[in-house]
Amino acid sequence: MFVNQFLFLGAILFCIGVYGVVARKNAVLMLMSIEIILNSVNINLLTFALRNGSTDGHVFALYIIAVAAAEVGVGLGLVLLVYRNKKTISIDDLSEMRG
Amino acid sequence: MIAQNIGFWIIAIVMIGAALRVVTTNNVVHAALWLVVVLAGAAAQYILLAAEFVAVTQVLVYIGAVMVLFLFGTMLTRARIGAESDLNNSYKKLGIPVGLIMLVAMGLALTDSFGDEKLPESAKIVSTQEISDQIFGPYLLPFWALSFVLLAAVVGAIVLARKD
Repeated sequence: MFVNQFLFLGAILFCIGVYGVVARKNAVLMLMSIEIILNSVNINLLTFALRNGSTDGHVFALYIIAVAAAEVGVGLGLVLLVYRNKKTISIDDLSEMRG
Repeated sequence: MIAQNIGFWIIAIVMIGAALRVVTTNNVVHAALWLVVVLAGAAAQYILLAAEFVAVTQVLVYIGAVMVLFLFGTMLTRARIGAESDLNNSYKKLGIPVGLIMLVAMGLALTDSFGDEKLPESAKIVSTQEISDQIFGPYLLPFWALSFVLLAAVVGAIVLARKD
């Protein structure tokens, strides 16, 4: 197996996730795209861990999974709060901070 | 090695197709279910990369916990379950060139740096013991910081989502 086939898989998933973040208006779907991005980074880290024969990449991947779980918890809490106050979770409608 | 390669390509194609469905589908619940396919595929790739513990953690945390959170979030913020037309930005076409340019740039950098370098043939599976030796040894301080991040996230989520 080549190093590049895993790295390219990570790159393709990363770009799909970036497209999702740019194109989506629904906040929950944006969070899902961010999850795809974080997973592609994890694939990269584990590929380099195998290539260099070290365990550091595994530790980083586990930390990323933990941070992603925290991020989803807080993110969905925010989305619920926005929905309760505005009855919509469309990102475009949240423009109070525009100058 | 051949079997692993075949497995890699099948899982990779399924993952990419499912990821494309996540970012293009018009149904939030369908997007969540396609995301399960992406996350399960990632867990399978971790096993191919000799990272058993990370793969198990991926299944437990992502497919077990994060997906339930997503489905609850969908349930609590949507009056109806079904296809919707109002999920994308008006300028979503802009995302395609952005993604493609990033992909081309990363692809050129990767071919330039790693060419046809191969992964080691006989990969030793990294045991849970080695990972825990790392976490509770050199990476102890980030582990503590991460504990506080999780604590703050739990408290913050409760404070945010609570009805006053």
